Amino acid sequence: MQDTSNAIRLLSAIAAIMVGSGGVIALFYGANMLVNRLPYKARSRMLPWVYMTPAIAVLTAFLILPTIRTIIISFMDRRSENFVGLDNYIFAFTNPDMLIAFRNNILWLGLVTGISVSLGLVIAVLVDRVKYEPFAKALIFLPMAISFVGASVIWRFVYAYQPPGVEQIGLLNAIAVSLGFEPIGWLVNKTVNNFALIAIMIWLQTGFAMVLLSSAVKGIPQDVVEAARIDGANEFQIFWRITIPMISSTIIVVSTTIIVLVLKVFDIVFVMTGGNLDTDVIASRMIKEMFNFRNFGRGSAIAVILLLAVIPVMVANIRRFQQQEANR
Amino acid sequence: MNTLPEKRSPQSLTGMERLEKSLTTAPVHFVVIALALLWTLPTAGLLISSFRQPEALLESGWWTVFASPLNLGQFHLGNYVEVLSGQGMGQAFLNSLIITIPATVMPIAIATFAAYALAWMQFPGRQLLFVVIVGLLVVPLQMTLIPVLRAYNSLGLSGTFLAVWLAHTGYGLPLGIYLLRNYIGTLPRDLIEAAAVDGASHLKIFTRIVVPLSTPAIASFAVFQFLWVWNDLLVSLVYLGGNQNVAPVTLVLRNLVGDRGQDWHLLTAGAFISMIVPLLVFFALQRYFVRGLLAGSVKG
Repeated sequence: MQDTSNAIRLLSAIAAIMVGSGGVIALFYGANMLVNRLPYKARSRMLPWVYMTPAIAVLTAFLILPTIRTIIISFMDRRSENFVGLDNYIFAFTNPDMLIAFRNNILWLGLVTGISVSLGLVIAVLVDRVKYEPFAKALIFLPMAISFVGASVIWRFVYAYQPPGVEQIGLLNAIAVSLGFEPIGWLVNKTVNNFALIAIMIWLQTGFAMVLLSSAVKGIPQDVVEAARIDGANEFQIFWRITIPMISSTIIVVSTTIIVLVLKVFDIVFVMTGGNLDTDVIASRMIKEMFNFRNFGRGSAIAVILLLAVIPVMVANIRRFQQQEANR
Repeated sequence: MNTLPEKRSPQSLTGMERLEKSLTTAPVHFVVIALALLWTLPTAGLLISSFRQPEALLESGWWTVFASPLNLGQFHLGNYVEVLSGQGMGQAFLNSLIITIPATVMPIAIATFAAYALAWMQFPGRQLLFVVIVGLLVVPLQMTLIPVLRAYNSLGLSGTFLAVWLAHTGYGLPLGIYLLRNYIGTLPRDLIEAAAVDGASHLKIFTRIVVPLSTPAIASFAVFQFLWVWNDLLVSLVYLGGNQNVAPVTLVLRNLVGDRGQDWHLLTAGAFISMIVPLLVFFALQRYFVRGLLAGSVKG
């Protein structure tokens, strides 16, 4: 019985994968065949749109229209029936829980970006000088492959708390106790819980910063460094006066990428504390308004605030892209 | 302070020099090894714990296994058996594959065609279209959740695989088009024009020349998208709702944390099951992943 139901599951899984993956490819071949029946002139005018239409349709349906719709909903009440003006935004900027979420997001942004970029840079420079570089880098980069949920379980275990007197099974409290301290409820204690969550994100993102910065460090021409050495510069001077200025554009790209990611951080808070005990961030508040309180107006207003926060990055990306195109 | 005479072979160093060199590089080794260890310990602890007996897990820290590392009797596979069959992790693993493979193939196909058109075909609005796509790279997907969920609810699509395939395709497309267009745009013009002169159709140029030559870029995007979808929680949480039959590993693991938060034998084994595929992909295709990161570090 068990075996047959498993076999059916497996078969339907394979069927689902084939339908899902094959459907798109069949679509292109079908459309291409249709266009080929047209006369040459019409064909060459139509063909770009055969190639573009699926992309345009999906982008419109899943990104462009919903974004516009969310902006409209953010000015409406919980069920999107009446216009309420700026009420949802006033709520977002005055509600005490929202203010805590903003405070936490600023903490997250500052600490995660600052620490993972600077630590990633230090590792990138140091690891350049050891023979086991690929191995050390792989170990630090590894968390990038782990999901936020998986990372949350890993760190819940590191932070695990047992009452004083009982043997600690969490690494951190075992260290605390062996140093003579009382065990700490890392996720419950309001002075440390936010930092405990932020540490997880730093653990995840440092490898990302390291990999990008490391490839930039390797791109610095060796003769510049040699010339500085011959002129008597020490390693610290080389780091501050040569390495950092020469890779500054990579540092900016890495920082903005991490900023955009941290702004939207949701999974870690959701899994670790559910946003309780003053650990909510903007993105987890949004899901709470949407699912727990069923207030789509407020949820949308919070999403719009997130969008507004990434607009400077969006503008910078477009500018950078247009410069690239001009140089082509 | 000239401490790194790299050009000379070690044999040519005098004993004094060699001592001086190892003294000055010792702190570097110390810092690198300490950080690598620190970064590995949390995951190692999880992996070791997932093989320990449930009672032992709650009574002593995982590092105590090193007191008697040869005592293999303290390890077993029971936690995995229990979480795979008893907690639905086996079904979830299958669901994750069903979700992830089409949600990777679909955006690759759509993005490659679009990228080719944007790079090598002339049509009105081409430049504007690409600027819009660059802009969409950082739009938070939170902006889309409520309207898309409503549309799915009225179409009866919530809780289906199709719903998450399409959503992930939409969220992954801007990055895919951006990466592939930049890569395909750098293919040699002569090659493509020569083929066109020989009478090859666009479809032929696309399938015979552009796709084979773009495999590195396609692979980078594939690894990126695969890991992104496999590790996603938010999209599944919102569009699959409470439908446990279609829930992927991340969702089941999250529910396990909520319901069985102190059953560490289940959580550790469950977390490792959710991580095994990304870790394999990561080790096998790290090169492509890094290349995707280098090219795509603008994604939102």
